[in-house]
Amino acid sequence: MIKKAIYTIKSLFLIELMKGLSVTGKHLFKRKITVQYPEEKTPMSFRFRGLHALRRYPNGEERCIACKLCEAVCPALAIKIDSEVREDGSRRTKRYDIDLTKCIFCGFCEEACPVDAIVETRVFEYFGEKAGDLYYTKDMLLAVGDRMEASIASDRKQDAVYR
Amino acid sequence: MPEWILYLLDFLPDWDWLHVLLIALIKVVAIFIPLVVAVAYLPYAERKIIGYMQIRIGPNRVGPRGWLQPIADALKLILKEIIVPTKSNKYLFILAPILAMGPAIAVWSVIPFTDTLVLADINAGLLFVLAVSSIGVYGIIIAGWASNSKYAFLSAMRASAQIVSYELAMGFALVTVLMAAGSLNLREIVLAQSGGLTNWYLWPLFPMFMVYFISGVAETNRAPFDVAEGESEIVAGFHVEYSGMTFAVFFLAEYANMILIATLTSLMFLGGWMSPFGAASDIIILGDGIHWLLLKTSFLLFFFLWFRATFPRYRYDQIMRLGWKVFLPLTIFWIVFMGVMMFLTPWGYLFH
Repeated sequence: MIKKAIYTIKSLFLIELMKGLSVTGKHLFKRKITVQYPEEKTPMSFRFRGLHALRRYPNGEERCIACKLCEAVCPALAIKIDSEVREDGSRRTKRYDIDLTKCIFCGFCEEACPVDAIVETRVFEYFGEKAGDLYYTKDMLLAVGDRMEASIASDRKQDAVYR
Repeated sequence: MPEWILYLLDFLPDWDWLHVLLIALIKVVAIFIPLVVAVAYLPYAERKIIGYMQIRIGPNRVGPRGWLQPIADALKLILKEIIVPTKSNKYLFILAPILAMGPAIAVWSVIPFTDTLVLADINAGLLFVLAVSSIGVYGIIIAGWASNSKYAFLSAMRASAQIVSYELAMGFALVTVLMAAGSLNLREIVLAQSGGLTNWYLWPLFPMFMVYFISGVAETNRAPFDVAEGESEIVAGFHVEYSGMTFAVFFLAEYANMILIATLTSLMFLGGWMSPFGAASDIIILGDGIHWLLLKTSFLLFFFLWFRATFPRYRYDQIMRLGWKVFLPLTIFWIVFMGVMMFLTPWGYLFH
């Protein structure tokens, strides 16, 4: 009875609604947390898993030895590798394709690689304009590796402490 | 009407009707253009304010601080195709947005901006406002019907029931104003509130002010009474099937109605263009003038946006309960109470 009376009075004088309004009213003057994306960016971990890259040794030799562990571990079946024996007798890839539209960016390929050849970089701002643009071939992956080598190397170095 | 405009019309032939027509047209344009600008910038203000309340910063990309956003939006909507559904009633489908927009603008003809600045100073102004603004719901109902879509139709049903319910409470709340002012003329209603803050009808009629304003929010189908739009339940309600300019007109009608309700509330309860400090002020800006009406209207409009940022949508049966079982009895009780107070007790002066 009394409870009901209190409830009626409360709702008649819009008490709860005023409380709600005061909450949003206070937030009107709070510091805004928006990040102005192209100009500002949020901090990024050195473990960030973005666009893939194939690395080279300092002497220019590509690292990948076509062991196909990454192809085997890839849960999305995004990697396709063909291998060959090069003229100097070493085992190398003839074809190394990653379909980025299939890739789920889990990072298993990077974990599986015994020679740290396939890595995921910090690059996340890339796009394709038509179907097939996101099908990355060996040359494209090597190019990404050449372009991003400095950042890749420093990220691996920072992560090595925890391994 | 300023003298210089009459000079400009001097070259015209000396027919009286032509002058009357042209002067009326100039007045219409003088009301219409600022109204359209206000309607265009209200959504921008809404996005900014709601953004700020959600600790975001809102649109800020188009032009400095996003000032050109409404123009970009308008341009986009103008350039888009108007899609007419195959099985719709094409004539009514196009008519509906016009019917929604027309009344929202027509009512402005009787709104007094100051003592002299009014297009049509008619004696039944309040009745005109109630009558014309009620036509707006036809636009929504016809849109829902003509679209031949289930969601649009459901929304039209909801909107018509809701608007009919709240129209009653609104009308009765205005009856108390007219009892207090003793006039249906909007200009005289405002003049009856002259003499500073304490003479506004806000104080003696405070419950009616609340009822009127909340009913006004419900009338315009704004959050938290926006079940007619209800994007999470019925997509976008009556304007699901609309695109391009036809959609834009619905959108503008909603915001024009918001501005209208805020203006009417400030005319009826907040003393319109009257200064809160009384007319006898030496500083011109503190005296009576159109700027007070604009200020009061913007203040009330801010509440519309604030409500939207705060309250979750009402359930449909709760809306009906609020309209029929709370507002209607409250207003009827207040009319009787006021009548008794005014004519049977010596405290009638409280309501004058």
